[in-house]
Amino acid sequence: MNSTVQQIINTYKKDRFRLMDMLIDFQEELGFISKETVKDLADQLDISTVDVEQTLSFYHFFTTEPTGKYTVYLNDSVVAKMMGQEEVAKAFEEELGCNFGQVCEDNLIGLFATSDIGMNDQEPAALINNVPFTKLTPFRVRELVADMRAGKTVYEMYTEGYGGGNNKSVLVRSMVANHIRRIGPVLLNDCSPGDAIKKIVQITPEAVIEEVKASKIRGRGGAGFPTGLKWEFCRAAVEKERYIFCNADEGEPGTFKDRVLLTECPEMIFEGMVIGGYAIGAKKGILYLRYEYKYLGKFLNDVLFRMRGNNLLGENIAGLEGFNFDIRIQFGAGAYVCGEESALIESTEGKRGEPRDRPPFPVERGYLDKPTVINNVETLATVVKIINKGSEWYSALGTNDSTGSKLLSISGDCRFPGVYEVEWGFSIDDMLGMVGATEVQAVQVGGPSGALIGPDEFSRTISYADLATGGAMIIFGEQRDLLKDVVLNFMDFFIEESCGSCSTCRNFPVILRRTLKRIIDGKGIRKDIDDMEEWGQIPRVSRCGLGQTCTNPILTSIKNFRHLYEDLVDKDEDYVSEFDLSTAVQESCDFVGRIPNI
Amino acid sequence: MSKLVVATTSLAGCFGCHMSLLDIDERILDLIELVEFNKSPINDIKTFTKQCDIGLIEGGCCNSENIHVLKDFRKNCKILVSLGECAIMGGLPALRNGIPIEECLAEAYLDGPTVKGNIHKILPNDKELPMLLDKVYPCHEVVKIDYYLPGCPPRADLIWDVLVALVTGDEMKLPYEVVKFD
Repeated sequence: MNSTVQQIINTYKKDRFRLMDMLIDFQEELGFISKETVKDLADQLDISTVDVEQTLSFYHFFTTEPTGKYTVYLNDSVVAKMMGQEEVAKAFEEELGCNFGQVCEDNLIGLFATSDIGMNDQEPAALINNVPFTKLTPFRVRELVADMRAGKTVYEMYTEGYGGGNNKSVLVRSMVANHIRRIGPVLLNDCSPGDAIKKIVQITPEAVIEEVKASKIRGRGGAGFPTGLKWEFCRAAVEKERYIFCNADEGEPGTFKDRVLLTECPEMIFEGMVIGGYAIGAKKGILYLRYEYKYLGKFLNDVLFRMRGNNLLGENIAGLEGFNFDIRIQFGAGAYVCGEESALIESTEGKRGEPRDRPPFPVERGYLDKPTVINNVETLATVVKIINKGSEWYSALGTNDSTGSKLLSISGDCRFPGVYEVEWGFSIDDMLGMVGATEVQAVQVGGPSGALIGPDEFSRTISYADLATGGAMIIFGEQRDLLKDVVLNFMDFFIEESCGSCSTCRNFPVILRRTLKRIIDGKGIRKDIDDMEEWGQIPRVSRCGLGQTCTNPILTSIKNFRHLYEDLVDKDEDYVSEFDLSTAVQESCDFVGRIPNI
Repeated sequence: MSKLVVATTSLAGCFGCHMSLLDIDERILDLIELVEFNKSPINDIKTFTKQCDIGLIEGGCCNSENIHVLKDFRKNCKILVSLGECAIMGGLPALRNGIPIEECLAEAYLDGPTVKGNIHKILPNDKELPMLLDKVYPCHEVVKIDYYLPGCPPRADLIWDVLVALVTGDEMKLPYEVVKFD
């Protein structure tokens, strides 16, 4: 067996639950994962090759063929395309003389497309060997290709220097810009790392939960479940071995606020995990980090290392006898659905990221079937502020049902895309004014799984009672073709990212996308719109949030922009067939050697 | 009241739906009091001799002949009903849809384990033969279908109820058990 393979397997002590880590290391060390590697791995872990293959085949960034010395993943999300991704993609293809999905020049450069990489405020962007390159232009592409041919390292390929804040840390070295445009209670740098931990060790875990409950904070990932309640449920579990996860898999196209928090306030996030761990009685925490943010890996591990040195992690934390807690980072490998909490757990256990049936909920049976709490990055960072400054201070911010503040990831057609922290209750109108957006046709609230709203609704406010959101806001100007440039792209995204488990989420996006394409091509009829509205309801029965919301781009655009659809369909026709007999028989006639007689 | 005229056909199906139609047993005597059959395998009338009211389609479309027959039915029938799984979704024949047509033909005529004696590697290509389509299509992708009756096959009572409903113009009851199969 290849010694690298053996070494990696040994590193993880042949633990099948660490299969993701092993596959990630193989991919990075060997460039791809061969049949032999799969077999070796299965033998050593004493599982079948199919067990390995099903995990391997699920994730976008695992490949069974070499992907080149330089592997380019160019983002193809909506905003990337609005900012010129197509010219950039064309420049790559022309310069290299190969297409996306291919490896060229004697295995030197591999060219691949990928879904959103969390850089919506600085598109078009690509990952080259896991390092982000933002604000690409055809000119920059030609330079990059020349640099790759010259054998430069990815860091030598930078021309504009590193981005702001910790992006220029020697452990990060990325050109990513933070674009923090508005600081609020969470982002305000007014606490020292460890203050909250030192405070909680003076009080009981129950008192910590009470404090968090009193703040009325709700989960910031989008679903909005009360955080204190979730902790309480977990603490009440009979099983004593418990886990706390930080969900840093922000995959919703248009959201990138967690990336900024991870870059600028990692201590706060980890401190939040320690507080959560103390409250629920967990000894271990796991930060599930999306693979697109691999470039932050060393930096974050260093933060953990320093926290251990400062007695904020490890044994007898902050001097409290028996308070032992540590955190490790688990990387994903490119799957949107892993942001769903039960899929995230499956993935962390080394399996396909398929959501589980619920109940039981993770607070009862989560990671390794033990009680588990999964909190969003922003939630955990916010908890630190709540502990430091009190629930009374916090609950006075925002609105009655939505206390505190929210980080928004704002991108699209506006002058100042970036991260803005606002109190809940902020209106869309004010938001548009704040970011310098004029002549706005529509705003996508909450990413593709959210809603596309028009000017009629811009007076609505961001809150759980009105427009609940995980924070992704994409602005579309008058010049955009909403159906072709936006809705179609979002449907492609859901088709690509469905785990395939429920037939409703596997099939209906495909069926509805085909109907939408027919309408865009001018071949639709009025009945198509009605059908889409009716059939779009069916995936609501799917197992997870992805499935339940996968038709939202179509449903919300029909609801709020029906005229766009009606303008395109033939109102007199009641049936259209796309079937063409001569095309349909061509293949078989060619094969048997006959001239079609239609 | 003049009798309603009914036509039926089996495209890429197994004739199971027609067998199910015959399962209405002696009620077929009641039926012919209500309707008159035109083009149908039941009476072996090969071509339409008049405009029909109802066309029952069994099976999806796997070849050019199916397409011609289906379009002929659309032209000659006021109401078309997709009868059974194959007409509605392609059914069993549509299992080939994920396999390239070349592979299907090669398996059937050249390389399959039951292929014996095709030493000249002949593939059926006479111009009299129907041409195979690239995949099996459900009927509603080719012509407009007015009603869908699910089942494999739809059971006799259901077909009877449909025909009675179409003849009398009454709304038909379709309880959950009738339309849910998985």
